[in-house]
Parts: sequence; C-alpha cells; structure tokens
Amino acid sequence: MTAILGVLLYESFRFFQHVSIVEFLTGTQWTPLFDNAKFGILPLVSGTLTTTAVGAIVAIPVGTMIALWLSEYARPRTREILKPALELLSGVPTVVFGYFALLYVTPALQSLFKLWGYDLPGFNMLSAGLVIGLMIIPYVASISEDAMRAVPMALREGAYAMGATRMQSSWRVVFPAALSGITAAYILALSRALGETMVVAIAAGNQPTLTADPREPAATITAFIVQVSLGDLPHDSIGYQSIFAAGLVLLLMTLVFNVCGYILRKRYREVY
Amino acid sequence: MPSDWQMPDPALVIRSGRRWDLFFNVLGFSLVILSLLVLCLLLGGMFRDGAERLGWNFLTNFPSRFPEKAGVKSSLVGTCLVMLVTACTAIPMGVAAGIYLEEYARKNWFTTIIEINIANLAGVPSIIWGLMALGLFIYLFEAWFGTPNDDVTGLGRSILTAGLTLGLLVLPIVVVATREAIRAIPQSIREASYACGATRWQTVRTHVLPYSLSGILTGSIIALSRAIGETAPLITIGALTYIAFLPPVPFTPRPETQGGVYGPLSWLSSEFTVLPIQMFNWVSRPDNRFAVNAAASGVVLLAITLAMNASAMILRYRLRKRYQW
Repeated sequence: MTAILGVLLYESFRFFQHVSIVEFLTGTQWTPLFDNAKFGILPLVSGTLTTTAVGAIVAIPVGTMIALWLSEYARPRTREILKPALELLSGVPTVVFGYFALLYVTPALQSLFKLWGYDLPGFNMLSAGLVIGLMIIPYVASISEDAMRAVPMALREGAYAMGATRMQSSWRVVFPAALSGITAAYILALSRALGETMVVAIAAGNQPTLTADPREPAATITAFIVQVSLGDLPHDSIGYQSIFAAGLVLLLMTLVFNVCGYILRKRYREVY
Repeated sequence: MPSDWQMPDPALVIRSGRRWDLFFNVLGFSLVILSLLVLCLLLGGMFRDGAERLGWNFLTNFPSRFPEKAGVKSSLVGTCLVMLVTACTAIPMGVAAGIYLEEYARKNWFTTIIEINIANLAGVPSIIWGLMALGLFIYLFEAWFGTPNDDVTGLGRSILTAGLTLGLLVLPIVVVATREAIRAIPQSIREASYACGATRWQTVRTHVLPYSLSGILTGSIIALSRAIGETAPLITIGALTYIAFLPPVPFTPRPETQGGVYGPLSWLSSEFTVLPIQMFNWVSRPDNRFAVNAAASGVVLLAITLAMNASAMILRYRLRKRYQW
C-alpha cells in the first residue's frame, strides 16, 4: 500500500512540476499525446463515472433482486446450485467481457437504436457499461445474499407472526436489517466498475471527450493508461508521467468511495 | 383514524398479498435465469465463433500476420511461466502472513494497521498495481541497480516482473483465505497440542496447517485463477503483444554470438506475452478476421480459469467432509 502510494505520488509530483494542479483538475481537454498537449482530467473522470453509472444502473437492482430471491424465496437445493454458478461467473476474465461488449453487445444495441433512427457509434460507453453491469452482478448478488442470510431467523418469524407475506418480510424486515452488508456489496462492486480496464479499453473507444451521454465514445482513466502503455513513449516524457497522475486520481476516487461506504455502513449498522 | 374507516376484507388483503408474493417470486427467478442465460448466450457465441480455429494447430502455432496461421503457443507458455512465479511468491508469503497474523501476532496497533491495509488492498484497481510495478520494479530498480534486461540487475519487462506483480496483486486473497481457514479450527485442538508440551511452531506444523490445508488450497487456486485473467497490470508493465519465440530452456546453448548455455533461471528475464494480452491484441485489430482468433483464445482462457475455479470448488467440498468437530 505504502509502495503504491509512494510510487504514484513520486511520479505524479514530477508530472505536476510541469502542469499546474488547477489546470489538471479543471481543464476540459485531455490531449497529452498531441504536440499542443492539454492536461485536464475532467474528460477522463466523466468517462469513468458514466460507464460506472451505467454498470450500477444494471447491476444494483438486478443484483439486489437476485440476492433477495436467493436468500428468501429459493429452496435450499436450488440455492446450492445457483449460487456457485453465479460465483463461477465472477471468475470469467475481464478481457473476455470486453470481447462480448465489442462484438456482440454493440451490434445488438446498434440494431436496436436503428429502430428509433439513431446511429450508434461502433465504440460507445453504453455497451461497455452494460457489460460491466453484467460482470459485477455476481459480486452484488453473492455478498448481499451473505448479508441477508446473516439476518437472524427470529426477525423473519416475527414478521410472519404478524401476518406479513414473504415479500413484505423480505423488503421491510430482511432488507433494512441487512442494509449495512448490502452497502458493502454495492461499494465493492462499484469500485470494481471504477477500476475496470479491459472492457472500456476495448469497447468504449479511446477519445477523451467531456460528456455524460453514454451513447458517445469516450475514454476512461484506465483506458487511457492502457493506451499510453501500449505506445512507445520514453520514460521521461510528460505524457508518460501523466499516467501516474491519472492513476493517482483513480486511486483517490476508489478511496473516497470506500470511505463513503464505510460511513454509510456505520450509519445503517443494526446490532442484535 | 378517520371515523368512516372500515376494516378491509381480510380475504382480499390475503389474496393481493399472495399475488404480490407470487409476482416477486417469478420476477426473482426469471432475473436469475435471465442473467445466467445472457451469459450463456455470450459464451456460446464466443465458442461458436472460435470453433473453426480451435484445434491442435492453434495451440502450437506462434502468432502470425495471417489470421489462419496464428496461434497461442508463446502466450500459453508465457501464462504458465508467469503463473509459476506468481504461485511461488504469493502462496508462501500469503500463507506465512496469515499464520503469523492468526497464531503469533498480538493484537496491537501494528497488526490493526496491517489488517486494515489488507482489506483496503483488495479494493485497489488492478491497473494501479501495474503502475506501481512499472514505477517500482522497472524504473526505480533500474535507476538503482543499472540497465534493464541486464542479466543481474533491474527486473525489466520480464516474466519475473510480471509474476511478482500478479503475486502482490493476489496476495491479499491468499492471506484472507488462510486466515479464515485457520480461524475455523477450534481452540480446543490447539490447547490439546499445547497440553502435550508442543511449542507454538510444532502446533502450527502438526495441527493448524494440516487442518486448514483445504481452505488454503482453495484460496490459492482461486487467487491464481484470478491472476490468469488479469490483463491490465501486465499491459502497463509492458508485456509485448507480438512474441514469436519461447523463453530459453535451461541448459540449452545460447546463440553463437554469446556462447555458453542458458542458466537454469534465465527464462525469468525473458520477454513474454500472456493469453489475455494476446486476446486483447486480436480483439483490438480492425481486421475482422482476427476476431475469430480472439474468440478461440477466449475459449482457451475461459477453459483454464473455469477448470481452476471448478477444481477449487470440488476440493473445498471433498475436503470439508474429512474433518469434523
């Protein structure tokens, strides 16, 4: 951990000797590889947040429903089969998901958008985000399910004794009681989505544009780092040092996320 | 309560409650099936697309400019060697750290800091690990010890660097798995051992380690299968995407110009590529014919990771039954 922070800070420090922090944080253009280099991190941040948001919109409702169903409705035998199957999915390498996004999901979306007369570009954040969502469903489902199973049986029995249906007991008793664990699951899944690299590097295109429209192509922080690493920049060039600064921003974003999750978790913790 | 309030008909309330219940049951089940189905469709599509290239030739050919001749030989070997290094670093270090934290360490601020760090490390994006490896293993060591790809100093863009990076990346998984396995052993087992006069190390060696072995093994396999699929950190440390040679086999002659034979460890400093990077390279080519190769390499990669995950699950299931307390 110390080594990570140390290296990132050291290299970023060399970067910030050339570029002012204000310009870095507020600039709206990111063109470190051009002759007229501009270093504004905002386009990369917007790209990162947009794909993450699309992923979260898919994964959080679906994952929560799956978890609730598995823990409250499914028979033990069904759960014994389905849960390992879901967990097996989290073992699929991300580059394989990137392949799905570019070659299957994007064409499908393109023909879907054609119906409304809209031409979807071949690289877009929407398909990357959707696939990321699919990818993190197992994380959300599996960890939330653990949290829901940990809710004491007595609470459920209390609800049933009051005449609640299974749905009422699961949504109004089990869900709130497990909320702290469920938040932890969301946070873990979202930091996965934030740091996801291969899917966006393959399917989202690599043009840093400041937009929150998921139909547009854009670059994320991670995709930019991959793009630079694949090229042949000399170590001392400023373009090279920029990937460390970008990495630092990404690390800080995940850190902020985790801290928020920690605070939320403390607030919602219920002790029995 | 308003005065004109009437109690609703209980039969109606129950019926609507049942209906909602059924609706939610069906919805939940169909969501599970739907997400599994989408994934199966995608995987099936990839299998179908890659099927024509899958075969012995694909596994034993080097990458090539011609899609129909290209294969994954170098990346398959690269993956195996990198995993060897990862396993040799992550598993001993992780198990040792887990045993230390559970059996030896006292609870004080130092161990608390280490524990928080391990928990945090698991949430760090993998590409950040790649940046750290780039800054530390490649540039800093180069600045300290000399030129890259020298036989003695600097790690360079080598199999060793890649293995160490992935080893660090999955270290938290091994540590957490080890600790959980150890924690599941009842205290009475340790006390029995101490009562017979065993030292702490003897207790660990004869009781704690054997009983927690299944958990440790499962955790290690899962960690390695995660490491196999990692692409991003290896791209940042500069794994090449086009490699048409294998790392030197120990004790085979060097090329004429250098003379002598390769040492037993010189493959560690060889340049390399791995399966996910090869696949990424093929996916991102504009030429559509390479997509078939990408699909085929995806199938190979998937087969390896799923086989590892499945074996971990079976192992966990089989070994869980052996000890009962």
